[in-house]
Amino acid sequence: MSEPQPVASTALDPAWEARYQRIGMAVMFAIFLAAPFVVYPVFLMKALCFALFACAFNLLLGFGGLLSFGHAMFLGMAGYMSAHAAKIWGFPPELAILTGMAASTVLGFFAGLLAIRRQGIYFAMITLALAQMVFFFCLQAPFTGGEDGIQAVPRGKLFGLVNLSNVHAMYFTVLGVFTIGFLLIHRVIHSPYGQVLKAIRENEARAISLGYRTERYKLLAFVLSAGIAGLAGATKAIVFQLASLSDVHWTMSGEVVLMTLLGGMGTIFGPVVGAFIIIAMQSYLAELGAWVTIVQGVIFVVCVLAFRRGIVGELEAFLRRRRGP
Amino acid sequence: MTEIFGISLPALSGQLLIGLINGSFYALLSLGLAVIFGLLNIINFTHGAQYMMGAFVAWFLLNKTGLGYWWALVIAPIVVGATGVVIERLMLSRLYKLDHLYGLLLTFGLALIIEGAFHHQYGSAGLPYAMPSQLTGGSNLGFMYLPNYRAWVIVASLAICLATWFLIERTKLGSYLRAATENPSLVQAFGINVPRMITLTYGFGVGLAALAGVFAAPIYQVSPQMGSSLIIVVFAVVVIGGMGSIMGSIVTGFGLGIIEGLTKYFYPEASNTVIFVIMAIVLMFRPQGLFGQR
Repeated sequence: MSEPQPVASTALDPAWEARYQRIGMAVMFAIFLAAPFVVYPVFLMKALCFALFACAFNLLLGFGGLLSFGHAMFLGMAGYMSAHAAKIWGFPPELAILTGMAASTVLGFFAGLLAIRRQGIYFAMITLALAQMVFFFCLQAPFTGGEDGIQAVPRGKLFGLVNLSNVHAMYFTVLGVFTIGFLLIHRVIHSPYGQVLKAIRENEARAISLGYRTERYKLLAFVLSAGIAGLAGATKAIVFQLASLSDVHWTMSGEVVLMTLLGGMGTIFGPVVGAFIIIAMQSYLAELGAWVTIVQGVIFVVCVLAFRRGIVGELEAFLRRRRGP
Repeated sequence: MTEIFGISLPALSGQLLIGLINGSFYALLSLGLAVIFGLLNIINFTHGAQYMMGAFVAWFLLNKTGLGYWWALVIAPIVVGATGVVIERLMLSRLYKLDHLYGLLLTFGLALIIEGAFHHQYGSAGLPYAMPSQLTGGSNLGFMYLPNYRAWVIVASLAICLATWFLIERTKLGSYLRAATENPSLVQAFGINVPRMITLTYGFGVGLAALAGVFAAPIYQVSPQMGSSLIIVVFAVVVIGGMGSIMGSIVTGFGLGIIEGLTKYFYPEASNTVIFVIMAIVLMFRPQGLFGQR
C-alpha cells in the first residue's frame, strides 16, 4: 500500500505551482461568469455557498490539520443572525450578511478556545459536541423560530441600489461574495502566517521548539474558518430567504467534510469541485430519499480507502508526474 | 412524605431513574468506545449505528423467528459483533498506518450507510418492541414507583460494565490487551497474535453497543436514527471522562446520566445541553478529561 504524500510537501517548482493556480483560477471564474446563462442559477447559487463553506472548512483541515466535525454551527448560526437582521431589524442585505459573519466569528472564537485544547480525534469530538449544543440552543431559542426556522427573509436591495429579487443580480452578488472569500483564503494560505500554519500541521512539536505560540496560530485559523463559513451561511440565508435547523444539524457538518474529502483536502480547488458534485448529486437524487445518505456514506468509504487525495489532489499529482520528476 | 423543601420526591426520583437509565447507556457505549480506542486508536463513529442494529436484531428475532428478549440478549451482540469483525478485517485494518482521522471518517461513512439503509427499509417511524413478560410490572418503594424492567436495565448494565472492567484489569487476557495497547510490536514479538486480538476487541466493543441496543429496545422505540443523537452525547461523555481508564468511563457515564436527570427536574430547558456545558467546563480546567492521563 503506497501512502500518498501530503500535497503541500510535494510542491517542486514554485513558479510552476503559481502558474498552475493562476490558470486554474482563470478557468474557474470564467466558468462561473458564463454558467448562469446555461445552468439553473438557483442551483449554482446553492453550490457556490457550499463551495465557500467547504473552502473555509478546508482552510482548517487541509492547511491547519484540524478536523472539525461541527462546522455546521457556524453556517447555521450566521444564517439565523443574517435572516434575523434582514427580517426583524430591516438591515440591507450587505449589513445582514456582515452581522451573520460577525456572529459566527465570535462563536468561532469561543468554540476555538475550547477545542484547540485537545488534538486529533478529541478535537473532532469536541467540535461535534459544541455544535450539538448550538443545535439545541437554536431549537429552543425564541428568535430562531424552532422547527419552522426564519422564513420569508427579504432579499432587499444591495447597497440600496441593486434589487436582489432579480435572479441574475442575486447570482452575481453570490459570486462576488464567493470571490472575496476564496481570494481571502488563497491570500491567507500563501502568507507567512499560512506557512507557519502548514509547519504546525506537519510537526507541531518542532514548530513549538522554533518559538511559535502554536495555539494562537491554530485559534486564528479556527476563527478565520468560522468567519468565512459564516459568510457562506449568511449569504445562503439571504439567497434562499430561509434560515432553518437543517443548517445547524450534525449531518451538515458531515457533508462539508465529505465535500472537502471528495474534492481533495489541502488543495485550493478541491472543496469547490467537491461541493458542486455533492450538491448536484443531492439535487438529482432528491426523490430517492434515504439513498442520498447511503451514497454519501459510500463516497466517504471509497475516498478513505482508495482515493485519499480526492479528485483535484489526484489531478494535481497526475500533472506533476507528467511534468517529470 | 412526598414533598421536602418544595421538591416533589416522586417526580425527582422519577427523573433520577431516567437519568440512571441514560447513564447505563452512556456507560456501556463509552466503555466500548474506550476499549476500541485503546487498541485500534480510532474513534468508532459507527457505534451509534451498531447500537441501533442491536435493537433491530432483537426486533427481527421477536417478529420473524419468535425468539424473545432473552435470546436477543445473547444473539444480537454476537451477530452485530460479527459484522464488526468483518468491517475491521475488510476496511479498518487498512488504515492503522495512516492518520487516525481517517478511521473517524471511514466509520462516519459506514454509519451513514447503515442508518441510510435501515431508514430506506423501515422509514423513520419507531417500531414498538414488547417488554419481556418476566419483567413487566413494578414495585412501589413508598416514595416512587419502580418499574421492574428499568431496574433490570440498570443492574444488568452495571454488572456488564464491572465484568468488562474485571476482564481487562484483572485477567491474563486483559493483561495481554493492556500490553498491546502500550506496545503492540513487542507483544507480537512474544508470540501473541496481535492482529487477531485487535479484530476481536473491535468485535467485543461493537457487541457491547449492540447489547445496549437490546436493553434500549423495550424502553425507546426501535428506529433507524435512535443511535445518531445518542452517540454525540457519548462523545461528550468520553471527552469529559478521558479514554484512559475503564473505570473512569463507567463512573463518568453513570454520573453524567444522574446529573442530566437532576437537570431535567430542576431546570428542564437545559437538560439537552447540560452534558455539553460540563464538557466545556472540564476542557477549561482539565483538558485531558477527569480520568485521562497526558
